Amino acid sequence: MEDINNSLSTEDSILVKKSKWLVMHLKKEWQLYLMLAPTIIWFIVFLYKPMYGLQIAFKDYSVFKGITSSPWVGLEHFYTLFDNDQFIRAIQNTVMISGASLIFGFPVPIILALMFNEIINPKFKRTAQTIVYLPHFISAVIIAGIVITAFAPSTGVINLMLNAMGYDSVYFLTKPEWFRTIFVGTGIWQEAGFGSIVFLAAVAGVNPSLYESAVVDGASRFQMMYKITLPCILPTILIMLIIRIGNILEVGFEMIIMLYQPATYETADVISTFIYRQGLQAAQYDLAAAAGLFNAVIAFLLVITANTISKRVSKTSLW
Amino acid sequence: MSFKENMNLYSKGDKAFVYLNMFLVAMFTISTLYPFIYVASLSVSLGDAVTAGKVVLTPVDFTLAAYDKVLSDPAFWTSYANTFIYTIGGTIVSLLIIVPGAYALSRPQLAGRKYWNMMIAFTMWFNAGMIPFFLNMRDLGLLDSYIGIIIGFACNAFNIILLRNFFEAVPASFEEAARMDGANDFQVLWQVFIPLAKPALATITLFCIVARWNGFFWAMVLLRDESKVPLQVYLRQIITQLTDDDTFASTLITASYSYETVSSAIMICSIIPVLLIYPWVQKSFNKGIMLGGVKE
Repeated sequence: MEDINNSLSTEDSILVKKSKWLVMHLKKEWQLYLMLAPTIIWFIVFLYKPMYGLQIAFKDYSVFKGITSSPWVGLEHFYTLFDNDQFIRAIQNTVMISGASLIFGFPVPIILALMFNEIINPKFKRTAQTIVYLPHFISAVIIAGIVITAFAPSTGVINLMLNAMGYDSVYFLTKPEWFRTIFVGTGIWQEAGFGSIVFLAAVAGVNPSLYESAVVDGASRFQMMYKITLPCILPTILIMLIIRIGNILEVGFEMIIMLYQPATYETADVISTFIYRQGLQAAQYDLAAAAGLFNAVIAFLLVITANTISKRVSKTSLW
Repeated sequence: MSFKENMNLYSKGDKAFVYLNMFLVAMFTISTLYPFIYVASLSVSLGDAVTAGKVVLTPVDFTLAAYDKVLSDPAFWTSYANTFIYTIGGTIVSLLIIVPGAYALSRPQLAGRKYWNMMIAFTMWFNAGMIPFFLNMRDLGLLDSYIGIIIGFACNAFNIILLRNFFEAVPASFEEAARMDGANDFQVLWQVFIPLAKPALATITLFCIVARWNGFFWAMVLLRDESKVPLQVYLRQIITQLTDDDTFASTLITASYSYETVSSAIMICSIIPVLLIYPWVQKSFNKGIMLGGVKE
C-alpha cells in the first residue's frame, strides 16, 4: 500500500512541478504565445478544420444535417468514383498532362540556365533574364486570354500564319487532340524562365578553379559547359526532378478551367477540374470530397517518397 | 575582365559558340516578349483591322477606342477597386499574422516549438482539398464577403517557414543586446528582427501582392455578388462570355473596337500594375528563392 501511495504522490508532485513550471513559463514568455496565437488559430480554422470536414467523403452529406450528423456510407463514394469513366479519364489526363509537362518542360530551364551562364555581356544577360522571368508573375487568366486570342480561328495570329502558308484555319481550342500541346507549351513558355533561377544558383556555386584548369588544358567553352557545369549541377537537377515527380498530380488547373470546354474534356479534364465541376458546380459535395481525398492521399504519398529520396540524394551529393 | 578583351582571347570555335548561344537566348527572349507585344498592339488597333486579320505585330489604324470602351464600364472600375482592396488588405493581414508567428516559431524558448513547426509544415504535404475548404468557408459565413477573401487566404506554410528560417539565422548577440536594455518580445521583433529581415520581408510582401493581384479561382467560387469581384474574375467573364453578349455585339457594327481589342485592352490594364512593381519583385526574388531553398 505504501508503495502505491508513494508513487502516487511522486506522480502528483511531478504534475505539480510541471504545472508550476508552465505557469512560470507563461508568465515570463506570454508575449511569444500571444504572437504565435493568430498563426495557430488561422491554421486550425482554415486548414485543419477542413480536414475534419473530409469525413463527408465517407458520408451521405446533406447540407441541412451538416457534416457531423450526416449518415455514414462507408466507401460507397469511392466505388461510385471508380465506376465513373469521367473520373478514370480525369486520372489518366492528369498523369498524361503532368507527364508531358515533365518530359518536355523539365529540360528547358536547365538548358536556359546553361545558356544564360555562357553569355558574357552582362547587360544582355540581365535584360534577357528580366524578360523571361516576367510571365511567371502574370495571372492565369491573362495567359489564358492571350492563348485564346492568339489561337482564335479567324483573327488569331497562329491561324493567320497558317493561312499565309496556305493552310486552312484550325479552331484549336475546340480540338481535343490539340489541348495538351497548347497547355503544355503555354506552361513551358510561362515557367521555363523563372524555373531557370534554381539552376543558375547551382551554376553560380561551381568552383571556378575547375574552369581555370580546363582553360589550361585547352578546353573549349562548349566542352566546359558540357563536362564541368552540367555534371556540377547534376545534384540540383536530380533533386528538382524528384520534387517534380512527387508533385505529378499537381496541374495548373486555373489555366485548364480557363481553356477547356465540353468539346475538349476528353483530353483536358483533370482530377481538380473534375472535383470543381462535380463539387462546386453540381453540388455533389460528398462525391467530390472523396475524389479530393483520393487525390490528396496519393499526392501525400508521392511527396513523402520524393522527399525521402531527395534527402538521401542530397546527403551523398556534393553539398 | 571586361567583355571585349575577354572575347579576343577566344578561339574561333568559342566565338562561334558564344554568338550562337547569344542568338538562341535572344530568340527565346523575343518569343517570351512577343505575345505581350501582340496583345498590346491588338488593344490599340482599329476593331475592323483586327477582324480582317491585319494585326500580327504592330498596331494597325491606331485608336484608343477599346480603352474608351473599357474605362467607361463602371463594372471595370468596381472590379479594379476591389482588386486593390483585396491586394492591400490581404497583404497587410498576411504580414500581421506571418511576421509575429514566424518570430515566435524561431525562438528556442518557445515550448513545444518542434510540434508547432510540424503542425505548420504538415499543411504543405497534406491538404483537405477544394470541397472541405469551400464548405468550411460557407459554414463560417465567409461566402460573398471581403473578409472571407482577405482572411481566408492570409497565411501559408511556405511564407512562414521562409521567414522563420531567416529569423533563426539572426545571431543571438543582436537579441541579447536589446534584452540588456530591457526590451520585451514585441520590442525585440520590432527593433531588431524586422530591420534585419528587410530583404526577406520585402520578398514575402511582393509574393503576397502578386498572388493577391493574380488570384482568381477562389474569388470566382466564393463571390456571387458582382460588386465584390476582383479584376481577374471580371476579366475572365469578358474573355469567356463577351462573344455571347448580345448588347455588346449590337454596338460592334458602328464601333471602332471589336471583341478582341476590348479584351486585349482589359488584359493590358491588368498587366500594367504588375509591370510597375516588377523591378522590385525581380530585385528581391533572387534572394527570396535562395532563403527558402536553403532549408525546409
